[in-house]
Amino acid sequence: MNLGNLLKVAINALKRNKMRSFLTMLGIIIGVASVITMLAIGQGSKKSIQDQIASMGSNMLFVMPANMRMGGVQQGNSSSQRLTVNDVNAIKADCDAVIAVSPEVRSSGQAVYGNSNWPTTIYGGNEQYLVIKSWTVVSGRNLTDSEARGSAKVCLIGRTVADELFGEGVDPTGETIRFKNIPFRIIGVLAEKGQNSFGQDQDDVLIAPYTTVQKRILAQTHIQSIQMSARSAEDSELAETQVEEALRRTHKLRESEDNDFEIRSQEELATTMTSVTEILTILLGAIAGISLLVGGIGIMNIMYVSVTERTREIGLRMSIGGRSIDILLQFLIESIMLSVFGGLIGIMLGFGASSIVEILTSWPISVMWSSAILAFVVCTVIGIFFGWYPARRASELDPIDALRYE
Amino acid sequence: MKAIIDISSLKKDYQVGEVTVHALRGIDLSIYEGEFVAIMGASGSGKSTMLNIIGCLDRPTEGTYHIDGVNVADMSRNERAMIRNRKIGFVFQSYNLLSRTSALENVELPLMYNSRMKARERRERAINAMEAVGLADRMGHMPNQLSGGQQQRVAIARSLVNDPVVILADEATGNLDTRTSYEIMSLFQELNSKGKTIVFVTHEPDIARCMTRSVVFRDGHIIREEEVTNRLNAGEMLRALPVEQD
Repeated sequence: MNLGNLLKVAINALKRNKMRSFLTMLGIIIGVASVITMLAIGQGSKKSIQDQIASMGSNMLFVMPANMRMGGVQQGNSSSQRLTVNDVNAIKADCDAVIAVSPEVRSSGQAVYGNSNWPTTIYGGNEQYLVIKSWTVVSGRNLTDSEARGSAKVCLIGRTVADELFGEGVDPTGETIRFKNIPFRIIGVLAEKGQNSFGQDQDDVLIAPYTTVQKRILAQTHIQSIQMSARSAEDSELAETQVEEALRRTHKLRESEDNDFEIRSQEELATTMTSVTEILTILLGAIAGISLLVGGIGIMNIMYVSVTERTREIGLRMSIGGRSIDILLQFLIESIMLSVFGGLIGIMLGFGASSIVEILTSWPISVMWSSAILAFVVCTVIGIFFGWYPARRASELDPIDALRYE
Repeated sequence: MKAIIDISSLKKDYQVGEVTVHALRGIDLSIYEGEFVAIMGASGSGKSTMLNIIGCLDRPTEGTYHIDGVNVADMSRNERAMIRNRKIGFVFQSYNLLSRTSALENVELPLMYNSRMKARERRERAINAMEAVGLADRMGHMPNQLSGGQQQRVAIARSLVNDPVVILADEATGNLDTRTSYEIMSLFQELNSKGKTIVFVTHEPDIARCMTRSVVFRDGHIIREEEVTNRLNAGEMLRALPVEQD
């Protein structure tokens, strides 16, 4: 029998038992729909974490002082004073894979304007700090090089702080606020970034020249970290090695000595952060996959029933010239059709369910077309796998016995 | 005359548990083109086994069997399926029509297994076969909308559709009342008169007398083989039946 006829026979057989065909497909429909929805949820949360990490900076690398051991006592890394502006200059001079570098110092405190006040963090950086951290200025201007090095009492203000001190949406450029009793003239307002993946409000910041924060607020000469942008994402690793070399040189470390600093890249951070959601996605997908498997077993079960029920039909088909392969294909195609139709409906349902979940929970959802294609392929495989044994049994029937079957 | 079926010293043994059953113990039988042969015998006489072998559903343990000049005794399962598809038409006692499938599609079924045949030719041949059995007005009916006699006519149309060299009927009137049996026999006689070779298993003597020759089996042997004299005409017998008034 040719393929066209086989398909026709299979469709007719399924149409003859509409309800049963539908119920059999239901297992596959639910399985596929849940796989797609679960993967969409997992992928969505992964993507949102990646987006948030990307919003932290562009191809960012940062250097922190390493944990140090002093006379057997582990010191917290913040107590280290090993990083200085010299290191920043060394990186600027020697590392061509780094296109922007800035020192970072920070201090928490109360920002005051008139009779409003707000607890926030002031970050000190140079004129490249905004570029590295993917900040844009919506009103006013960035720090200048001379302000950065000359301890100017100017700052850029994050949207949250501006809202709290000046009221919603007011442009405070040109006003002067006080932070730890030091007056800062606002030279610009930062574009809104929203929450980061830790739930931290990224707009709750002031950005000032690092020299100002170092000298006027913290009274220190070291810096807390160095922030950098690599030339591109691919150059991130190269930049890391170059920075390591530069810093080992400026820190005069001997071969045998460990680094007294740590270099982290945004990429590493992204990998760490997404690994959790990846595990979650695999877990959700696996649970949904089990329901797909159960659906497949349902098909196998029904195909066995169908073969038994239609033993005489099989006998007749054999007696009028159906070969074993014809009978095998007839039942195999029937089971593949069940699973593929079920899969197609399941894919549509999965897409629908994903958008419903998105609307109801406002979770980030990202439906993957690849998961739809995967589901389709898996369904075909399920159809063949679970249809094989019943179909084989049908094809191996003896026509004489099959014709006599009551 | 050309022998359509040529069987010589054919034996068939079955293994049932540890006992060997000798179903056929050396059969020599030739059936010629245009014959209408009754195969008779009690249950267990071997006539069903004979029909299964003639129908290429089963293969002999020993001996040779040629159908239309082709030796089928040593053929594989698939080759035998091909022979059944091209050279043999089956008619069963219980019709064996596919339910919820129209009469015409049931008739088309054997041609579906001939992958070289185009849909148009298949349809044409099926329509011709339906006309030949007098059911031109019932082609779209489902089997459950047809009477027993009509269902058997559809089955006969199905056996004709591939233009077989022999039609094998297994107790084809066994499920039918006398009147309908004669109707069906009349149809078979008509087909036979047009040159169809028919082998018909039955145990009703008056049905057997509608044919041209009878072969009687007992215990795996042919015990009697004779030309039918005083051949009955099913059509006349049908007219002779009293008309039921109820």
